[in-house]
Amino acid sequence: MSAPLAAPGAVAPLNAEAGRWSAGQAAVALAIAAFLLAFLIWPVLTVIRVAVTEPDGSLTLSHFGSFFQLSLMRESFANSLYVAGMTVVLATLIAVPLAYITVRFRFRGAILIQTLGVLPLIMPAFMGAAAMQLLFGRSGSVNQLLGQWFGFTLPIMEGLKGVIFVETLHYFPFILLNLSAALANIDSAMEESAQNLGASGWRLFRRIVFPLALPGYVAGASLVFIKVFDDLGTPLVLNVTNMLAPQAYLRVTSIGIEDPIGYVICFILVGFSIAAMAGSAAFLRGRDFATLQRGAAAAPRRDLRPWQAVLAYGWIVGVLLLVLSPHLGILMLSLSKVWSFTLVPEIWTLDNYSVVFRDSTRMITNTFLYCGLAALLDVVIGTAIAYLVLRTRVPGRQWLDHMATVALAMPGVVLGIGYLRTFRDTEIPFTGEALLGSWLIFVLAYTVRRLPYALRSCNAALQQVHLLGSWLIFVLAYTVRRLPYALRSCNAALQQVHLSLEEAAQNLGASRARAIWRVVVPLMAGGILAGFVTSFITAAVEISETILLTSRESLAPMSYGIYLYMQSIAGRGPGAALGVVAIVMVALGTYLSHRFVAARHAQQFMKGQRP
Amino acid sequence: MTTGTGAPVRVEARGVTLAFGASTVLRDIHVRIEPGEFFALLGPSGCGKSTLLRLIAGFNRAQRGGIFLDGVDISAVPPWERNVGMVFQSYALWPHMSVAENVAFGLEERRLPRQRVRTRVAEVLELVGLAEFGGRRPGQLSGGQQQRVALARTLAIEPRVLLLDEPLSNLDARLRHHMRRELLAMQRKLGITTIFVTHDQEEAMTTADRIAVMDQGVVQQVGSALELYDAPASRFVAEFVGTINLVPAGDPLFAALVAEPGGATHAAFRPHSVLLAQRPGDPTHHWMPARIAEREFLGEFIRYRLEAAGREFIADLPHALGSAGFAQGAGASLGIDRTQVRLLGA
Repeated sequence: MSAPLAAPGAVAPLNAEAGRWSAGQAAVALAIAAFLLAFLIWPVLTVIRVAVTEPDGSLTLSHFGSFFQLSLMRESFANSLYVAGMTVVLATLIAVPLAYITVRFRFRGAILIQTLGVLPLIMPAFMGAAAMQLLFGRSGSVNQLLGQWFGFTLPIMEGLKGVIFVETLHYFPFILLNLSAALANIDSAMEESAQNLGASGWRLFRRIVFPLALPGYVAGASLVFIKVFDDLGTPLVLNVTNMLAPQAYLRVTSIGIEDPIGYVICFILVGFSIAAMAGSAAFLRGRDFATLQRGAAAAPRRDLRPWQAVLAYGWIVGVLLLVLSPHLGILMLSLSKVWSFTLVPEIWTLDNYSVVFRDSTRMITNTFLYCGLAALLDVVIGTAIAYLVLRTRVPGRQWLDHMATVALAMPGVVLGIGYLRTFRDTEIPFTGEALLGSWLIFVLAYTVRRLPYALRSCNAALQQVHLLGSWLIFVLAYTVRRLPYALRSCNAALQQVHLSLEEAAQNLGASRARAIWRVVVPLMAGGILAGFVTSFITAAVEISETILLTSRESLAPMSYGIYLYMQSIAGRGPGAALGVVAIVMVALGTYLSHRFVAARHAQQFMKGQRP
Repeated sequence: MTTGTGAPVRVEARGVTLAFGASTVLRDIHVRIEPGEFFALLGPSGCGKSTLLRLIAGFNRAQRGGIFLDGVDISAVPPWERNVGMVFQSYALWPHMSVAENVAFGLEERRLPRQRVRTRVAEVLELVGLAEFGGRRPGQLSGGQQQRVALARTLAIEPRVLLLDEPLSNLDARLRHHMRRELLAMQRKLGITTIFVTHDQEEAMTTADRIAVMDQGVVQQVGSALELYDAPASRFVAEFVGTINLVPAGDPLFAALVAEPGGATHAAFRPHSVLLAQRPGDPTHHWMPARIAEREFLGEFIRYRLEAAGREFIADLPHALGSAGFAQGAGASLGIDRTQVRLLGA
């Protein structure tokens, strides 16, 4: 990496600007490209290939034909579309008022709303699903109450409705955060000039505020659609199998890895994911307004009138209760001996925890091993890609970024099946152990799928965006390719500033590699840590690819353990206990790194690093 | 080309006081802007000039006092019903609309028939010289063009008053001079009462009929550029409008310059009322020995920073072809023209 100017084989650069790349950098780029090709692109292409070829290798659409001949498949397809679409609609209904209230009104609950945004990261939807069944199911607490007091019940946990309900509560923060960022970044002059020209009230909202915030909404909504469309854990836990992802899983695990229908489903999942991402990207192109200019102010917050305050706080408390209910439910479940047909558990116990710590410590250590290693790999690769893209001129460097980002559109089910198919005969060099039968496969899968998150953080860190150092850094995980607008508008300037820090080090005698090590990496530390944590905690509660890749129980991580426990009534208690352990672990990690990032932020802010 | 349905209006602020929380931004402001006048609010940043402008537009509410158009209090009228057009500092062009859509916006809000909207949009775009640009997006225009669009968008609704918030601050120096003249020409042509906010005294002095100099939420002085320059009412105005030398009343030099001090606190004179020579000359001047501390060659003249009688002075001397002027560190005689000395602060 440190080879300065004339590297062998490289064209001698005319100046430092035009030739900021060396053989060392090219080698790193090639290594990363090879890794991504082998463990991301190739497995996915394999899945697609199997879906569109006969066993002899000739192209065919016959698998699609047999897919659509099966009524169960047609039904699953329709159901998946319906569930994803309805979830987007309901999540919108919850998120839009919340976003508007928090951005436009002086309001005491802002911290609550921020917290809402992080909750889904801490607890995956499938984990909450079991608890939601107990709380909102046919004989759950809420319906018990309703039945006793009012003589009717709400069948909100039945079948597809249950999936929609759980997914909505889990995923609406994606819309909330993206939309809030968009709203907060509308320059107040944009609205005032409209008022000045005669617009007010609903017309002002419809003609100015809504179109300007629309890109944020679309980004959030398309993410929700993809996430729900691809989700495997929630339907499985709720015992809903007539949807696409569960069908893919069931076909591959029950009929076999050769069954082409499973691959057709994967093809459809990937197709929709890519279409949704490409569609929203196309929509956002040219519309992705950064209206907040330097020195401009966001719209001032208004005071709530009394009746508005009642509505707003009512809405927020209501949403908060719903959002927290799975967490509360899991906690109660983990502390109960038996819990069924009663409002709250009748017998409280800590037995579940001792069961978990007796039987499942292996799973906990597995999680730390897999996710820790994967997160480490992610930030190393992420930092390298960010540096290559932003600081060097290695040809094709943008493709590393694009390739890594492909993982965002990759459903866990697809990657899992892709691994099973691609590496079924692969042995680890030297040991001769089957790759699929080793713990390495988890590390690889987690690394590849969480890489985009880590990459976002590292990118932001390299551009000094991590200086905002708050929960927002984790929000990067939701915002996919879009850094929050306001930040991006000043990125160019920040990038210049930061580049000069590095150049100053070189000017004082540090080689390029030394400058990176002594100046760039320390400055990026906060963002790198955020990337590590985001990668770690999202992998720790990952379920789709985990279910597929777990070949022996001794290899299973916690998320698999929770899923397994939840399969039986008797296992629910220990499953919940394991879930609580996972949540506490993840929450603690999030909190500590938040403290660390915030502390660094304060430190740098005081030193006046921020222009 | 018409603007406003009737004759130009008079704008008045009567006893306006406005505070944000504990900080008072405007204190008892009284200003009267005559119909058709091009009026500037001049002051350093944070002096309250933009707040006053936004108050006229209706985006702020005063705690006391009110804004009157032709004698009618409009304090309770919401911004969208005032018909007081404002051009924002950032232009605030909506990026999701084309230039023509931006300009049409206010007309559509007024429910004008489609055909009328179309002709009016073409009319004002023509007026600002952007007839060909209706289909573009604001992002595709240069800074100067964006500003014209913002102006066209505001003029389209035929506002009773035109408000300009730092209209030239986002343009580069050359364009700024050009737009300055263009704005003035436009205002003269339309005859619309215009108020603009600026921190640039040159901008205010070259364009405005009258200027209100503001500092710390208070109007320090209102007058034409000439009045402000020649007869500043306070030390702040004297120092903010142009460059000036000040001699406090206690100083021996004060007595030498001023025959009848009255209750003045300072004697003041401009740098160009000062002569520099090898030895004392013209007896109408007060002469004293000085040392050249610094010199700046500015083309038309050389600005000297001098030390004399234990004080610092600034002297601007015209530069003539071939003249080297006085060297830094050299001694010279400094002559102050007594007829050009004015008194500050009664």
